Amino acid sequence: MAATTARRTTAETGWSTPLGPWGTLLVRRLAGLIAVAITLVAGTFLMVQLIPGDPARVVAGAEATPVDVERARHDLGLDQPLLTRFGTYTGGLLRGHMGTSFQTQEPVAEIIGDRLPFTTEIALLSVLVVLVLAVPIGLAVAARGSRRTDGSFTFVTGTVGATPEYIIGTLLVLGFAIELGWLPAAGAETVSSMVLPVAALVLPATCVMARIVRREAEHVLAQDYMRTARGRRLPPLRLYARHALPNLLTATLTLGGLILAGLLGGTVVVESVFAWPGIGQRVVEALLVRDYPVIQGCVLILGLLAALLNLLVDVVLALLDPRTLAGKGGH
Amino acid sequence: MRRIRWNTPLVTALTGLGLITLLGIVAPFLAEEEATALSGAARAHASSEHWLGTDALGRDVLARTLVATRLTLEMTLAATAIAAVTGILLGAGVWVSGRRVRELGLRLIDVMISYPALILALVIATVLGTGPTASVLAIGLGGAPAFARLTANMAASVAQRDFVTQARLMGVPPYRVLVRHLLPNVAGPLLVLLSVAFANVLVALSGLSFLGVGVQTPDYDWGSLLNSGLASLHTNPAEAIGPAVAITVTGVLAGFVGDGLAAALDPRAGRAKVAAARPVVTAPSHRAPGEALVTVDGLAVVLPDGTRLVDDVSFHVMPGEIVGLVGESGSGKSLTAMSVARLLPEGLAAHAAELTLDDLDLAAPGTDPKRLATEIGVVFQDPSSSFNPALRMSGQLSETLRVHQGVRGAEADRRAIEALERVRIKEPARVMKQYPHELSGGMRQRAMIASALLPGPRLIVADEPTTALDVTVQAEVLDVLKDINRRRGTSVLLISHDIGVVGTVCHRIVVMYAGRVVEELSAADLRAGRVRHPYTRALLAASPRLRDTGTGDRAPLATIPGRPPAPAARPSGCAFAARCPVVLDTICATERPRLIDDVACHAVRQEVQAE
Amino acid sequence: MISSPHKLAVEELTVAFGHGRRARTVLRGVSTGVRAGQTLGLVGESGSGKSTIAKAIVGVHPARAGRILLDGEDLTGLRRRELGAVRRRVQLVSQDPYASLNPCMTAGEAIAEAVDPVRADARKHAVTVERWLETVALDGSAAGRYPHEFSGGQRQRIAVARALAVGPEVLVADEITSALDASVQAEVLNLLEELRRSLTLTMVFISHDLAVVRHVSDEVAVLCQGELVEQGPVRDVYRSPRHPYTRRLLASVPTFDKKEEAA
Repeated sequence: MAATTARRTTAETGWSTPLGPWGTLLVRRLAGLIAVAITLVAGTFLMVQLIPGDPARVVAGAEATPVDVERARHDLGLDQPLLTRFGTYTGGLLRGHMGTSFQTQEPVAEIIGDRLPFTTEIALLSVLVVLVLAVPIGLAVAARGSRRTDGSFTFVTGTVGATPEYIIGTLLVLGFAIELGWLPAAGAETVSSMVLPVAALVLPATCVMARIVRREAEHVLAQDYMRTARGRRLPPLRLYARHALPNLLTATLTLGGLILAGLLGGTVVVESVFAWPGIGQRVVEALLVRDYPVIQGCVLILGLLAALLNLLVDVVLALLDPRTLAGKGGH
Repeated sequence: MRRIRWNTPLVTALTGLGLITLLGIVAPFLAEEEATALSGAARAHASSEHWLGTDALGRDVLARTLVATRLTLEMTLAATAIAAVTGILLGAGVWVSGRRVRELGLRLIDVMISYPALILALVIATVLGTGPTASVLAIGLGGAPAFARLTANMAASVAQRDFVTQARLMGVPPYRVLVRHLLPNVAGPLLVLLSVAFANVLVALSGLSFLGVGVQTPDYDWGSLLNSGLASLHTNPAEAIGPAVAITVTGVLAGFVGDGLAAALDPRAGRAKVAAARPVVTAPSHRAPGEALVTVDGLAVVLPDGTRLVDDVSFHVMPGEIVGLVGESGSGKSLTAMSVARLLPEGLAAHAAELTLDDLDLAAPGTDPKRLATEIGVVFQDPSSSFNPALRMSGQLSETLRVHQGVRGAEADRRAIEALERVRIKEPARVMKQYPHELSGGMRQRAMIASALLPGPRLIVADEPTTALDVTVQAEVLDVLKDINRRRGTSVLLISHDIGVVGTVCHRIVVMYAGRVVEELSAADLRAGRVRHPYTRALLAASPRLRDTGTGDRAPLATIPGRPPAPAARPSGCAFAARCPVVLDTICATERPRLIDDVACHAVRQEVQAE
Repeated sequence: MISSPHKLAVEELTVAFGHGRRARTVLRGVSTGVRAGQTLGLVGESGSGKSTIAKAIVGVHPARAGRILLDGEDLTGLRRRELGAVRRRVQLVSQDPYASLNPCMTAGEAIAEAVDPVRADARKHAVTVERWLETVALDGSAAGRYPHEFSGGQRQRIAVARALAVGPEVLVADEITSALDASVQAEVLNLLEELRRSLTLTMVFISHDLAVVRHVSDEVAVLCQGELVEQGPVRDVYRSPRHPYTRRLLASVPTFDKKEEAA
């Protein structure tokens, strides 16, 4: 049956689109991104509309007079029909207006502009560190694993991987900031402030990722093409880096992309633990005081970040594995 | 679902979770009072009275952690149930709907899954406000896409399996197909996901409470206890430790239940026990002529537990000769070939009195990799999986040249193109730039031969090189192999289960059965039907013929009763004795026949001596 | 309804997969048939569409055009309910005995399901189950065992037993011996021949192995890339193939049946 599939793939690589495989991939992915963005906009809009009770009353506060409530209603545009409000909301977003904070009266766009760099900083750094640590560890355990290393690897990664970021964060603060006093416990004043939040994000994610890498590496190392490569008696570095790694990364990223996107969720909590002035911390603050425009804006941006990260993973996948390009949309 | 194989981690983790559940039920009755009593000493350090100290209001932290178990578990269970039920229904719904809805639904689930669940939970918490009910709903719905995707994917993959088609053909009603064929085969993975989801839900719920948007005072769960613990981290660190340990231990245990279940349901699980391998010593027989290129004498391939998969195999390959190794599955022919190529799978060891390629010792540790790479070319069975899918052909074909013989880029490419031409590949320059999946099966196998030829090997080991190919393509590939042998004098060791293939291509044939050599004969003898061992005879008689044989067309084929013995149960006498039509009562079951005059059979021996 | 000499026939059968630009025609206007109690061999290489014919006959793949006739009755026009009754008259045994048996059901349950698709009670039908297991030369105790406890050849025999337990008039065998060793293949082939005689089964036997097809078939049809290139009695086609593709196919088989040692 192998020959059947071979014939089919050769037939399908004859591309009939003028864009070529890369163009098709990018167009398809960008279309997906736009679809996600539209969903997010609609979602964040509906989120506020769905709040049970009268949002105007909630916004105006507990001791508001009927006049105050009416003013809040007007400010929120709640006296307009639903579609008009959606139009206003979307139109505003397109012009970069995301409303103003109920609490501080700052424009939400400005708040996000201030906060976003902090979040992307630790999120991207964490993604990098996770990949740099997890891939070699997982590969090494798969390639050289004895029964003993296997057992301890499973136990350690199982334990640390299942420990939430906020607990690791709390323990790190306790150990390195309070007991040892080596690193700052909170804030973002110095570069060293970044160490603990990133460590809290990276530790569990690395463990989960290393397990995925290990499992995938075992699979890759058992493939026929690895036996072919062994038949060429290549030096170990070349064997693993050139023959195993590209295939390992494709398999790993397909699953691990979820973990990387999950890191964004982790930042929300970790920022709160370490008082890191990113979007995550701000959204939690806003949530506690029901500052809806800020929540809307932050959730929208975090969602877009997650979607971008997924797009990035897809592009890297296509770069690494030529079959992804040819195979998309095939049977 | 197949029966679960209990393993230690699974039992331990389940016991642990059971104890925690018990605690959740009992603790509120026992420690409720202590958990709310104000002792007067706020944020006291751990002491014999308060093992984890007291909180900001002077309440005992340990008691509060224990009492919080119930609410935490209740919320976690509720949210997990919501996630599972919603997700499974959603996944099943997507799967049963039409093609367009299904594709759209699957894509939507994919997007939702790649979206951090915690952020999704924040959105839902915004709508529903703070509090336990909102958290449970938020986290539960946030976890649903994972179940939806697994259900939809599993259902789709199981539904495509042959046995579901068969059931439909037999007229099994759709509902019964679902209950009898789909659900049992989906249940295992769902169960694993369920325990993993339990751990994730616990972490996320506690996270919400930790952030202050979950459980609100005066209620408390582990997450909110951790929240207040963080505030007094400087004064009484133990206050944070209690709930932190509780969350971690429960989450880790649930995770281990998932691992354990996955292992328990994995049909491949249950590794063989490893015992020290006995060294196998065989006296050299010195049967091979001195000028032989490959000499295999007394080869045994041994499992770690001492089982001999290949048992005392001896043969040789002369320079310029094509030798075929033929046998059915389990006969040890591939392992023998891989021992010669020095490519045995991990865990298997080859022992031999002599295993050499000219002066190169193939059994000794640390044989020169350069000589191995350049003097032996290997062609594998399945050309579709034997090239690295992520690399272009150019990089793979000439790799040995570049790594071991120091040939540089352009020159290596030129020689690779030449080699492709030799195996009759059209447009070799274009093929060099392509990826393996862009070539047809026959092209790939010819490219594999070209790759094996490039360093100018003295021996090509071809392991079932045409089994995965169509018959017309097989003929072309075998032609290429014969051609190379004729023109360059390269020796070939050809492994096949197809007696027709070895009979047409090889000069000499070695027949294997149950890990041993039973007969060696020339191709001319095989073609003329001059075979002597009863097994070889039976094998020929069992194969249907392409042309009239005079026995009548629809006459039943000869069969061999019984099955070959498993390697561990190989008898001390002749391995074929139990199935042999000419078995001798006196000797066959007890004494192992030696390969004398190219055949290992007591009955044949007796006949010869009688003449 | 036109009377036809064939028990089962396909007329101008066309099968295509996919839609629009991606559409791929796998079978182009294939017409062939098999008389009652005979065996039709279908040979071809990968991509020839031989498995597609099998699946179209039993209704797994829908026909884009053409007719599939069982006793002269067109199956392609049938509605779902009518089809249910017809389906049991034609049974399929497929190539991979590892995929065609539900890993969660014992051999006994699998055969019981074939006898009674609704209840599938192995205990109630224990006698019938045992009889079918014995028919395919398996021990009655096999009924209580799960598929993974059997060897490949044994599984294939269980699959045959299950298909026969339905009581079909036509058996479609799709590459049923290609995963088996030569000696085991001989057993399965002998079994099929025996059953065909004793139960007067009509059979469609699909294989890439020309020698096997020759051994079991009365007539043979040669497929090449979705088209039927030659059809006729086995003896004629193998002795004097008319189509160049058939000739090439026969010439490619590595064999030494003709006294080659003289050459």
